[in-house]
Amino acid sequence: MSAAEGIVETPSAPPRRRWRVRRPGVQLQGWHRVLLGLALPVGAALAWEIAIRTGLSQGRLLPAPTTILATLNDLARNGDLALHIRATLARVAAGFALGIAAGTLLGVLAGASSLARALIDPTLQGLRAIPSIAWVPLFILWLGIFEASKISLIAVGVVFPVYLGTLGAILSVDRKIIEVGRSFRLTRPQLARRILLPAVLPHYIVALRSGLGLGWMFVVAAEFMGASEGLGYLLVDGQQLGKPAQIVGAIVVFAVLGKLTDALLVVASAPLLRWEDTAQRAAAAEG
Amino acid sequence: MLRIENIGKTYPSGAQALANLTLNVRPAEILAVVGGSGCGKSTLLRLIAGLDRPSTGRIDLDGETVTAPHPAIGIVFQEPRLLAWLSVAENIGFGIAHVPRAERAARIEAALQRIGLAGHGDRWPRELSGGQAQRVALARALVARPRVLLLDEPFSALDAFTRADLQDHLLSLWEDTRPTLVLVTHDIDEALLLADRIVVMQPHPGRIGALLDVTRERPRAPGAPDVETLKRQILNVLGPIRRQAAVPAAAE
Repeated sequence: MSAAEGIVETPSAPPRRRWRVRRPGVQLQGWHRVLLGLALPVGAALAWEIAIRTGLSQGRLLPAPTTILATLNDLARNGDLALHIRATLARVAAGFALGIAAGTLLGVLAGASSLARALIDPTLQGLRAIPSIAWVPLFILWLGIFEASKISLIAVGVVFPVYLGTLGAILSVDRKIIEVGRSFRLTRPQLARRILLPAVLPHYIVALRSGLGLGWMFVVAAEFMGASEGLGYLLVDGQQLGKPAQIVGAIVVFAVLGKLTDALLVVASAPLLRWEDTAQRAAAAEG
Repeated sequence: MLRIENIGKTYPSGAQALANLTLNVRPAEILAVVGGSGCGKSTLLRLIAGLDRPSTGRIDLDGETVTAPHPAIGIVFQEPRLLAWLSVAENIGFGIAHVPRAERAARIEAALQRIGLAGHGDRWPRELSGGQAQRVALARALVARPRVLLLDEPFSALDAFTRADLQDHLLSLWEDTRPTLVLVTHDIDEALLLADRIVVMQPHPGRIGALLDVTRERPRAPGAPDVETLKRQILNVLGPIRRQAAVPAAAE
């Protein structure tokens, strides 16, 4: 996020003015940044709470934040929330893993050989164009209503961004640095390990992140098709029984989990990308 | 000794980059290859490096035919081509992964000293200036102890001051182990400053127009009369456009 701020140079102020131009890249470090990021959602929740307390709104369709928190608290107390979160996380994890494995394998194949690319890329691009929900009836017919069909649907969501990212990353590796490897007589496996792998890693991690995002999107679709547990079940249950607080509560949990897992991916990959020459780094070095 | 025997290179498009080129490169000499763009000088270098195969003829190094990159032949490109994810020290050691750890570390350390970057081994390539990066590229090629070092316009992307600095630096590095240097350049002054012999190439198809000896001892000051004579000779071989440019020099 600091990348954009690092790039946008604030023009220096005319000398007569006494105040100095502040550089946001330096000013917004650590907790300040977190607090600023929380300002909007917390502020909106606070405003809504006040609106309901003062009687401006009845909050029948969108309950007060405190009501939502109380609902989540109840769910947490009797152990239901943990159960639903665990079910959803397990599905996302399994589907994500499956999607990564297939997407990476296909991407590497297509990236390594132009014959394989000509063979599989058009088909995959065609499959990618199918709306995800269109698979649901077929998966239920093939795999039943339980976990297999849900995990497969999530994997379908993850596989395409990972495939595209992997293929794109491999194709964009600079021919010139591959030549450096050739001039030192690296074998093909050595070339893959010492040059291709590190060169594609930054793009690959971006692909994993967008795959994870789609995984979270697809888990809801998957849990709409008759789940008895999971955050998606909480949504359906809340709709059928008219419990808006439960629906909004589940949505909030989705937001928190999605953000957390993405942050986890970023933190886990950071040590591998220390070398990256980005504006973000430059800004961090300045500050 | 590096022998280039009657080689030709025709690309699949039908373009003939080199034709019937024969050249013997002497051990430990500095051979400069000059010529305009499209005269096949970089193609020649890539063939010696084993990165491309000649269409006809052959290249021998000490009796061994070069068909692929050879352990005794190193190359430095126009750009540093450092690997961004490796530290400066790891970049220098990239081509000697087979050397035992202790010796590799010693060679890297010595190379860092030699290129004036001692203590900078832990830095990332992105933190280096253009001149520093090219010195690291030189070190990376030299720590593998090649008998022949190929240089493909290694200083052409640098500013004039850095270029002069690196030319001196190249000579002092060359003094250490005296490998054969084949330096491709479009800078005639650079060739006259550094080389023992100069190959002047002509285009369509790429071939040798002249092979000149530079007898003056290094270091050479520019503007010496015999060097100026050589420069006029080179410009004459390079063709009519160049000859016009040479007129002011001739009038001196």
